Amino acid sequence: MNTIIDTIIEALSYSFMQRAIIVGVLIGLSSAMLGIFLVLKKYSMIGDGLAHVSFATVAIALFLNTSPLLISIPIVIVASILIMELNEKAGIHGDAAIGLVSSFSVAIGVLLSSISGGFNVDLFGYLFGSILSIQQSDLWLSVVLALGVIFTVIFFYNDLFAITHDEAFSSVIGIPTKRRNYLIATLTSVTIVLGIRVVGTMLISSMIIFPTVAALQVSKSFKSTIVISSMISVFSVIVGVLGSYAYNLPSGASIVMINAIVFVALMGYKRLVRS
Amino acid sequence: MTSKLIEAKNITVRYGNNVVLTDISFAIEKGDYIGLVGANGSGKSTLVKALLGLIPLEKGKIVYNDLYKFEHGIGYLPQVAVTGNTLFPAEVREIVGIGLLGQKKFPKRLTKEDHLKVDTILDRLGIIGLKHKKIGDLSGGQQQRVLLARAMVSHPKLLILDEPTSALDPRVRADFFNLIEEINKVDQTSIVLVSHDLSSIKRYTRKMMLLDRELVYFGPSDEFDLNFGMAKGMHNHEHDY
Repeated sequence: MNTIIDTIIEALSYSFMQRAIIVGVLIGLSSAMLGIFLVLKKYSMIGDGLAHVSFATVAIALFLNTSPLLISIPIVIVASILIMELNEKAGIHGDAAIGLVSSFSVAIGVLLSSISGGFNVDLFGYLFGSILSIQQSDLWLSVVLALGVIFTVIFFYNDLFAITHDEAFSSVIGIPTKRRNYLIATLTSVTIVLGIRVVGTMLISSMIIFPTVAALQVSKSFKSTIVISSMISVFSVIVGVLGSYAYNLPSGASIVMINAIVFVALMGYKRLVRS
Repeated sequence: MTSKLIEAKNITVRYGNNVVLTDISFAIEKGDYIGLVGANGSGKSTLVKALLGLIPLEKGKIVYNDLYKFEHGIGYLPQVAVTGNTLFPAEVREIVGIGLLGQKKFPKRLTKEDHLKVDTILDRLGIIGLKHKKIGDLSGGQQQRVLLARAMVSHPKLLILDEPTSALDPRVRADFFNLIEEINKVDQTSIVLVSHDLSSIKRYTRKMMLLDRELVYFGPSDEFDLNFGMAKGMHNHEHDY
């Protein structure tokens, strides 16, 4: 027991670990709070699609010799809106629209990286996350993002709840469904871009899906789902990051594994209660 | 003062190169109970969307005469009403409360009075006992009543019900029609009920509107010839009752 506490104290003495946990918790909180709207509207895989777009924007940033964040955030926001427009106006449904936009973006990224002579950055870090790469600027952006998400969910709660349940009815009673969807898409985009630093392109969608689906196993109301999924996400990030330090494991994969364990445990609990 | 709630004046709707509705004119009056019928592709759902202001008109206009504010004046039960998603995490009272959001200003909080309105409509529709149940745990007929409560909780002057009974079994369907008839008679709420089931519509409604991309018939239900509707590609499900 003392060894575990000593390891946690040692881990928290490093500034990169402090940054990793704070950013991870804020990203976890944001992705869990947005997750319910995306999962229930069958946009679960938007995180995966936007992560591919974000990965491609790294190539664009390298090609233009500028900061990846400056390029990633606006392009990923545009991509998320494009996915929704394809769904609404062109009749190309959620998963197909996500597939189109993400594969097209990756193709652009690969072509640009080829033209510019290939990647010269830590590719593995972008694919699976690297807490060592988290900068002070990421921390401040995460604070702003988390505040934005919490503000949005609190103040637009009823609108978002109505749209998630029935978009056609929401339009009829005068809720600006398109603007609310764009708001969620924008916040999701920023969450994805920042979250890639923590868990990587390949795993970021799990931070949106796992906490919500796990919470849905035991929650009875919409609000309780948001609260439970936020708690699961924050718990998974803290245990995952500290566990990865203690056992020298990749942080992103550790966070996802904790999320998966919680999901399986809650699903088992639900079956036990029903039987 | 006119008793007309809505007047459609020569409306035409087009999707791309496809003209879905041509030169349609009619009026919905206070207390009307109208059955909107037509075969698949006849333009029923398009007309409903046009009345709700969800799609643009190519020609003509729709005048909302006695609906003091559009969002409050029309209650709507969408076509794909029964969610069937057992994981959707919402209690019945939360779903019905959505129907009051159109009257709210930012940040749209429901008050004690609003919760009382929700209780009143649930009681009125005989489902107050389901108030704290999860929507996904209810049967199709119960879910339909919940969504009807959501449409009615703001006391609309006009209720538009788009294929409300298509997912229900015959007995539950008959109960639902009886309930709608009572709402129309007791509350004087005007009803537009969309269906492709000719016989039950003709039996319950007072006016019929037959669409075939244009207005083929609009008049008293008892003067409507079922054979005429069947000739337009519709079905008679008389044996269901």
